[in-house]
Parts: sequence; C-alpha cells; structure tokens
Amino acid sequence: MSHLENLTLTIWRQSGPDDAGHFERYRIESISDEASFLEMLDVLNERLIDEGKEAIVFDHDCREGICGTCSLMIDGQAHGPQRGTATCQLHMRKFKSGDEIIVEPWRATAFPIIKDLMVDRSPLDRIVEAGGFITAPTGGAPDANIIPVPKPVADAAMDAAECIGCGACVAACPNGAANLFTAAKVSHLNLLPQGQPERWSRVEAMVETMDEYFGSCTNHGECEAACPKSISIDVIALMHRDYRKAKFKNRKLISQI
Amino acid sequence: MTVNLESKSPAGPIADKWDNYKANLKLVNPNNKRKFKVLIVGSGLAGASAAATMAELGYDVEVFTFHDSPRRAHSIAAQGGINAAKNYRGDGDSIYRLFYDTIKGGDFRSREANVYRLAQVSVNIIDQMVAQGVPFAREYGGLLDTRSFGGAQLQRTFYARGQTGQQLLLGAYQQLARQIGLGGVKLWNRVEMLDVVTVDGRAAGIVTRDLVTGEIRSHAGHAVVLATGGYGNVFFLSTNAMACNVTAAWRAHRKGAAFANPCYTQIHPTCIPQADDTQSKLTLMSESLRNDGRVWVPSAVGDERAAAQIPEGERDYYLERLYPSFGNLAPRDISSRAAKRAVDSGRGVGPLKNGVYLDFSDAINRLGKEVVKERYGNLFDMYERITGENPYDVPMRIYPASHYTMGGLWVDYELMTTVPGLYSAGEANFSDHGANRLGASALMQGLADGYFVLPYTIGNYLAPMLNQPIPGTDHPAFKAAEEEAGARFSRYLDNKGSRSPDWFHRELGKIIWTHCGMERTAEGLQTALSELPALYEEFQSDLKVTGDGQSINQTLEKAGRVDDFFQLGMLMCRDALERNESCGGHFRAEYQDEEGEAQRDDDNFAHVAAWEWTGDPMNAVRHQEELQYEVIHLAKRSYK
Repeated sequence: MSHLENLTLTIWRQSGPDDAGHFERYRIESISDEASFLEMLDVLNERLIDEGKEAIVFDHDCREGICGTCSLMIDGQAHGPQRGTATCQLHMRKFKSGDEIIVEPWRATAFPIIKDLMVDRSPLDRIVEAGGFITAPTGGAPDANIIPVPKPVADAAMDAAECIGCGACVAACPNGAANLFTAAKVSHLNLLPQGQPERWSRVEAMVETMDEYFGSCTNHGECEAACPKSISIDVIALMHRDYRKAKFKNRKLISQI
Repeated sequence: MTVNLESKSPAGPIADKWDNYKANLKLVNPNNKRKFKVLIVGSGLAGASAAATMAELGYDVEVFTFHDSPRRAHSIAAQGGINAAKNYRGDGDSIYRLFYDTIKGGDFRSREANVYRLAQVSVNIIDQMVAQGVPFAREYGGLLDTRSFGGAQLQRTFYARGQTGQQLLLGAYQQLARQIGLGGVKLWNRVEMLDVVTVDGRAAGIVTRDLVTGEIRSHAGHAVVLATGGYGNVFFLSTNAMACNVTAAWRAHRKGAAFANPCYTQIHPTCIPQADDTQSKLTLMSESLRNDGRVWVPSAVGDERAAAQIPEGERDYYLERLYPSFGNLAPRDISSRAAKRAVDSGRGVGPLKNGVYLDFSDAINRLGKEVVKERYGNLFDMYERITGENPYDVPMRIYPASHYTMGGLWVDYELMTTVPGLYSAGEANFSDHGANRLGASALMQGLADGYFVLPYTIGNYLAPMLNQPIPGTDHPAFKAAEEEAGARFSRYLDNKGSRSPDWFHRELGKIIWTHCGMERTAEGLQTALSELPALYEEFQSDLKVTGDGQSINQTLEKAGRVDDFFQLGMLMCRDALERNESCGGHFRAEYQDEEGEAQRDDDNFAHVAAWEWTGDPMNAVRHQEELQYEVIHLAKRSYK
C-alpha cells in the first residue's frame, strides 16, 4: 500500500435544482492507493463535516458496481478513466500524486440535478414501465425447461441484461440519448423465446417513451465506451431493426396509410 | 403486554401443511381486492415480487423505497445463485432433501413448517423467473444449467453468471414496473420509512420522510409489509450496500413487533480482506468460487514467501483436511471460523496478514483458463479492480465478513409479525434460515415470500375487514408518530456536537465485530454491553450533523440509521449473551467440542428467542417460541 499526495479536486456544488451551481476546489493531502474514488469522497466529506460544512451529496450504494446507483463525470468521462468500471469500483491507484481531478454530475437534460452530484434518472424507469417486461403473472408459469433456449441466445440475452441502469450512456452521449439503455433491455427480452409474444409492442412502446425524454442517437458510440458493463452498441442495431419491423407489422398503422 | 408467539403452523403431515392452509384460507373476491390498500416498504426481491403479485391480483398497492429506483435494492448484489429442488440433474434432489439441507444448514434452529413450504415453492420460483425472461445459464441443449453450493452435495443452484441476484431482481422489478405503468402500484421513491403506526393494536400505516424535501408524511393502509432487508451494517464493515439499515424493522419492533434471534448473523467466508482504514465496505466474492477454488494458508507461521514459491507440501488446505466430504464447500459459518483460526494462528496472507488464499491454479490447469473465465470471469475482473491483483496469476485473498442476518422480525407461518396486519418478508424476517443460511437460499426465500406466500396469507387477514372503515392519516396516532419522527430528526440537526454519524458508526461497528462477531464469549459480550450504552450516550450528546432538513442530506439520513443500529446492537449482544450454546453463525467460545465445532444445547435452546421492546433495548424482555420437530431428528451437524 502506498499513498497519493497532493490531489486537487474540482467538484460541482449546487444546493438544489434552482441554484445556478458552481465549482469548488478541495485539496486532498494524502490518500491510500487502496482507497476507492468514493472512499476518497467519504474522507473529504468527513473533513467537511468536521469543519462545520455541508457534505457533498452523491449517489452511491452497493459499491460493487452492480446496483447502478453511483454516477459522476470524472475528468469529463462518465464513471472515470477505467474502462468497463463503475465509479464505485474505480480505485485511487488509477491516479497519481499531484493530479487535478474534475468531478461533475451526469450531464443530460433528461437528468435534472437534485443537489451537488446527484441527479434524477427516473425517465429510465418510465421506459421500462412502458414495455421492458414480459407479462407473466405469478402462478401460471410452465415448467422452466419446457422451452429450451439455445445457449448462444441465452448468452446474448444475458450480455444485454447485464445493464445496471446507471445512465452513463446518456451522460456520455453528446445528444443525451438513452439508446444503449433502452436497446439493452429490448434485446434482452426480444432475443428470448419467452419475450416473443410481446416483441413488437414492447419495442414500439419503449422506443417511443424513450423519445419523449431523451435525445436522438447519431451513432457516436460514446455510450459503449462509457458503459461500466461494456454493453455493445450492436444492441442498438437490433432495437432499430425490431422497431422498423414493428411499424410494418402494426396493422392499425398500415390501415391508416 | 403479552407477546403471542403462536406459529400458526397448519395441521397435518409436513408435506400437506401448505395445501391444507391454502384449502382453508379466507379469500377476497377479485372485485373487492381494490378496496384494500397494502403498503409495501422495500423493493428488493421480496418487496418487488409481493407488490407485483398483489397488484396483479387487484389490491391497491403502494411501494416505498429510499432508492431513486426500485431496481437498486440490495438483492441486486447477490452473485452466486438460487436453490430449487427441481432435480433437473437427476442427482437425487427432492423437496424433502432441500428442506432437510436447509434445516441442517441452519443448525436445527428454524421452524419446520416454514422451511418445508420454502422448499416446495422453490420449484415454482424457477418456472416463474424463466417465464419472466431471466437469462439463467443454460446447457448447449438449451436446458437450464445448475451448479453446487456450500452445504449441499448436489447441484441444485440455478445461476446467471455471477449476477444471479441482479437478474432475479431485474425480473421482479420489471413485473413491478409493469404494474406501476398500469397504475396498479403507486411508487414512492427516495422516501424512507421512519415509523409504523398502530391503532388498537393493529398496523394502520406508516410514517415516511421524503429524502429530497424532508417532508414527513403519513400513509394509511389495511396492511403493511416490511421487506426492508437485514441489519448486517451494524458491523459498519460488511458486504451490505451503504444504505442498508435496520430502521424500518427496528421502528416496527419499537411499536410492538417482536425481534427474533438478533444474534444470528452470518459471516461470509469469501470476502476481499480489508485493505486500509478508509475502507467503507467489504466486497463479497461469490461462494460459487469455492466450487473450483481451493482454500489454503502456508503450513508454517510467518511464511513470507509469495504463494507460487510455497511448495505443495508446505501448504495447508485446511478445509479439505478438516472436512474431507464437503471440503472447500463446507457451510459458511464453518468455513468462516476455520479462516479466522488460520489467520489467528499467524498464518494469514497478504500485506496485512489478514486473509487466506483461494487458489484457482488447479482449476485452470484442469479446465483451462477459458472455462474458468466463462464461469467466474466477472468475479475475477471485480477482484482485480479492487485489489489490483490478477487472480488468474496469483491466488485470491479472502477473509470472512458480515454478509447476512438470519435474525429479524418474528413472523408466524403467515409471515405476520406480532402486530396484526404488519408483515415482514425476505431478509427482514427471521423465518427460514435458523442460525445459519445456506448459500443461494436468500434469493429463494425473498422470492418465495413475495411471489408465493404473502399474496395468499395477506388475503386471510384482509377478508374479514371488507367494507370496514380503517383509521385515516388524521388519526391522532399518525399525528403523534409524525411529530415524534420530526422531533427526532430536528434533534440530530440541532445537536451541534463534534462527531459525524459515520464516526460513531465505525466505533459501534468495532465493538460489535470484536465482541459479537465470528466468535463470542460471555465476558466479551458483557464488555460490549457496558461499552455500547456509554458510546450511545456520547452519540446523543456529541453528534454533529451539518446541512439542513429541507433538502437532501445524506449525513442526516445516516444519523437516523446509526441511532437505530445502536439500539439494535445492544439487543444483539443481549441475545448472544442469553443464548448459552453455539449454533450456526452464533459461536460462543465456551460451547465447543474438543475439535472446536459448535456445541448446541437442544435441551435448553431449541427455541426462537423473540424480544419484546420495553423502552430500552438493555431491558428488552425475552420470550420463547419452542421449535417443534415432528419430522427431523435433531442431530449434531457434521460436514466431515
């Protein structure tokens, strides 16, 4: 274990949604390289409380990279510099003494700031509520092995299902689009045999709800680079394909033309 | 006050009890269900599945979570898998065997009828979750894959890579989200429950605090379900998420719900050892790793060589040596104590000598790196991110840490606490795991309670209340609870002491870990019981919370949680002191056999200890529910 010395943190402070907000600079004299980034913020917060100041508000919970609660733009990158890693799993050994680190909240119109580094990501929930499920009321499920799922299909569904819903894809996107998030859920469910009955209605409802809140995708690919689960943008192609097909298959729409 | 600990286990042979219960329960007509409001606190596996199912049935459901989204609940962090008596492998599994393994794993301290029902519905859980689109691991033929887990000699654990909890929670969350979208469930997010309100001895609702605005508010309902998880964060360092807390359960306890077996806490054997003093939590490495990893320490004390330099003959694979038939898959409590002894003997590994090796080199040689990667890749990556070491090249270092709490709110067969109309599900209750939980059983219990038990049993309580008025939020009991909660939070803010909630939490955790952790003694517990009230007094006089109560204030939230952890901590130590035996996760050093194994005292302690609140946790009153063993013979637990 060694220590990093003399870090300068430039952190966004904003007392509420209506406050203009500003950057504040904090100095960290010394921190163990075994500490996680959030543990460094814990140490800073303890010091602020000691000084009678208000602690910096940031979202976090499991600190194992799975709950998706943590966020933070670190030096302009969603979840910081380490690829495939959520902020809570980022450790100080990835930085060096003397570094200046800029810490901001997720930047996206759809995610208004609640306070300091905490934002409101509930539009992501609205997308799932619109169709990100398989209708399967409790009790009537057939035996689990009655429908074999080819391993490659199950694996591909799982690759997409790994999404932790953190919103980094939105924060990283220059357009503030939520395509990677939405497409991951669409792909997970639309790939599985159990998801087929609602395949077309699902993709339509989810995409159109997404469009109510978020910007449009223009294939920058920043989302994939920022995703802590390294979900491939291939899922977006699948979503687009299914959405187009759904539009053709939608009889009501065809009859209107 | 009398505490009624009638288990309400139905009559009949064990295999028929649940059917008998269902045959006789009172039903609510589908059109009448919407007249009943059910308040569900918590959105983990138990809460989300209960809410989705009850809303689907037609009940008027409201769900409360302190997270921004229900999908964040800590069930999501479970890695390894979920047990079910499917016997898809044809390896001899059955409902009875899962039942027996769970009772035995719990060191014969759980209620037979509940556990048998759990094993019965385990089968339905897998069906349900597959229908919902949970991408479980599969064989090449497309059928479901299973693997083995600690405390079982067959492969009954279903899994989704190392993220089974995530996939199951997302499944339940999606069902919940569907109901939210349909208007069947009203969701309150970033809202924390602060109190349960009772009127005439029945649960009438809850009082909450909006974490964003600080607003304190009452909610009335016909029934309240607490699915609020466990209290493992009382140790400060645990594998629980940062926000996990005991407040909901504890406040219910203070309103009359008996708290059962608080001393039954599980220390998980495979966590990443503490690295430094800034550590805020510990990270679990799934028990499934013990399928292929071999646990060892150097045979000699003070061996400073790197792992690869230590020849085979100078390594002590102590689990394989001590428990040849279960080997590295010995149950959690046993593996944890064995690791503690290895480290205490001076043979610990790593920079702080506070771990043991979990070595995959044999598995990599036998199966190839690719297979190992396929099975555990994400866990290996996580380990590397945290420690900076690559477990494909050097063995992992692990050490036990607080992980799960078997104790919790006392519930009967219907999952109702001692307060009528107040239910508890999942880790928050004490019901199924006795003194030790087997791996891959927490997910099973959460989903069993939420999908397949509560939706039935709650109707039995509600049916007779049809068309009868219930107390509204203008009832004086709600006002009193609101005022009490408001005053408490103002007190934290006005205190102007010198120490943060986190500082007190850390100190509290040290006391509990030292004296009420993996190994307990009467003397240590008495020390804790003299130190805790003193520290709690300091907490009350010297607490410092900055910021205000009208916008989000995580320091203030923490203060409320630490306050309740203090009170719970005292009860835990009292419970541990009164239980003069060793069983499962409760290991009293005075009660062990010549080989250092836990020694139960079935004559005097084959019961559940359920504590009644009296106004001071140091003076809580202990009640007993005798455990009736109709099917199983009490036996010494052996994994040799």
